[in-house]
Amino acid sequence: MSSPVFFLLGASHHRTPLDLREKLALSPERLPAFHQTASTLPGIRELAVLNTCNRVEFYGTADSPEAVDRLREAFCGFQGFPAGTFTNIGNRVAGQAAIEHLLTVASGLDSQMLGETEILGQVKDAYAAAQERRTTGPVLNRVFQKAFQHAKYVRTHTAITEGQISVANVAVDLAMKIFGDLSTTRILLLGAGEIGEKTAKAFQSRGAGSLTVASRTLGRAMELATTLDATALPWEHVSSRLSEYSVVVGSTAAPDVVVTLADAEAAIKKRSADPLFFIDLALPRDIDAAVAGLDNVFLYNLDDLARIADENLAARAAEVVHARRIVAEKAASLWRQIEPQAGGGL
Amino acid sequence: MPTFTDRTWLWFAAACYLAGFVLGTLAVVRERRLSRVLMYFIVSAGFALQTFGLYLRGLAVKGCPLGNTFELFQFIAWSAISLYLVIGATFRLSLLGYFTSVLAAMLTLLSLSFPAWDASRRVNIFGGNAWIEFHAALALFSYGVFALLTLTSLMYALQVFSLKRHRLHGLFSFLPSIRELDHISLRLLAAGAALLTASLAVGAVYWVEDTSTVNITKLSVTVGVWAAYVAVLILRLRSRLVGKRLAWTLLVLFAAVLLSLPLVGGGQASAVAPAVSAP
Repeated sequence: MSSPVFFLLGASHHRTPLDLREKLALSPERLPAFHQTASTLPGIRELAVLNTCNRVEFYGTADSPEAVDRLREAFCGFQGFPAGTFTNIGNRVAGQAAIEHLLTVASGLDSQMLGETEILGQVKDAYAAAQERRTTGPVLNRVFQKAFQHAKYVRTHTAITEGQISVANVAVDLAMKIFGDLSTTRILLLGAGEIGEKTAKAFQSRGAGSLTVASRTLGRAMELATTLDATALPWEHVSSRLSEYSVVVGSTAAPDVVVTLADAEAAIKKRSADPLFFIDLALPRDIDAAVAGLDNVFLYNLDDLARIADENLAARAAEVVHARRIVAEKAASLWRQIEPQAGGGL
Repeated sequence: MPTFTDRTWLWFAAACYLAGFVLGTLAVVRERRLSRVLMYFIVSAGFALQTFGLYLRGLAVKGCPLGNTFELFQFIAWSAISLYLVIGATFRLSLLGYFTSVLAAMLTLLSLSFPAWDASRRVNIFGGNAWIEFHAALALFSYGVFALLTLTSLMYALQVFSLKRHRLHGLFSFLPSIRELDHISLRLLAAGAALLTASLAVGAVYWVEDTSTVNITKLSVTVGVWAAYVAVLILRLRSRLVGKRLAWTLLVLFAAVLLSLPLVGGGQASAVAPAVSAP
């Protein structure tokens, strides 16, 4: 009798285009049903399903390679997806390679946005769901718990997650360099554009004190303010009340400058020693570039933020080799512990 | 067991501060965050050694060791470190430990490197009066506060430079926020000015009684330093001097304070005696 197999079966953004990933993704309603069905397939001993917008992956132990094939066929049948196509785009590995893959995924090294941290939570959720459905056993428990530890180790011992790589989050990081804790910081969003809204949401997710929206059309400002749980400010009051805000985000479609040098000068004079941070996301620009020369005033435009995001991404990419080496070492070490229980191959 | 002199212990302390400086610099160069606990431990060890060295010196001179330039530099460094140990634990400002260890290493190594600064010392500078000794210690402690204020001002100036020039990596990535630095600087400025005011008030009581006991140069310099810091504090409170200009003013002011130290290094009409190296 052959040894049980620790396996990974799945497909991810690397080889699967979006239109196919849409067909492979298990909806929240269907996922429990399939999980339960799959775990009762002959030869499947343990099973966890990682189902995100970028991947559908099954981790588990099986009595034989044939059991893994049965799982693939069951999944394709359940989703109405051609099994041949899945074989071409999918990933099917066992043993140390499967462990290494899980560690790579949990560390954010396999993510579309390199180093993103959300994936670790998703892996934890997948494991928790498997535990809840009683489809984990000694091998999966060991592998997943170690994967969480090792993912944290990779993050703390490399710069893989350092520096924000989206324009909105870079802007928030800069605001934190100026104001520290954002809970007492008031933010004014000029315009109701999409990028401005994203930035406003990024500020809110990092605990910003309050948000005010001003748009040339008060109705649009009120609409967005309702969506963002913010307040609306009539456009004609922007100039006179500029000093009340610590962060001003410009994202209008106005053809001319919205905040002039004189506006900024008047605002900073009223702000005692507290700085003023302008984030100009508009094209053409909303904030007069000359305000950058004022003492205690900081100005970043879209290009500045994009360049910082690119630099941060490059810095993360430079850490990939180091991070992968750590993952390989940890996977080898973990595999030595698992091999006696699930050392079979596919 | 070899017998160590007070200077030996002060060398050990300087070595600790230097270790903090080197480790901090390596971490910054590698763009790695240095453990705040480790830095706190290193600086604390240096502080304990320095305290012991100054204690031995104090026993030998039978008073607060403030009799020459060497002792003044050591006492200012000690004051700044003691304040950091309180502030560092309370406000958890990143990099403050590194900057403090840099300043302490500079002050202590500089003072130890010039034997002439410790070749002689004024004696009987306090005339056996505990209040005058208290006045002198308080004044020097306020200089320690201003030393730490200089560091937070330097960090502020660096952070502003970083944000204005869009240079956000390396050392700059670990600096505390501008608002935090401004708040802590204002508190240090107020504390330093209050301590120096109290010191001058205590000293004035005796000066008024007998004006011949005070060196007029020393008095002028000390009052000048006090007036400068109080003026800066008032301007800051009135928001007339803020941001980068405030930071640079404080940096220049402390450089002037250090340069003026030899002028305030001793008491009036006190004799000069060889420095004592206590075992």
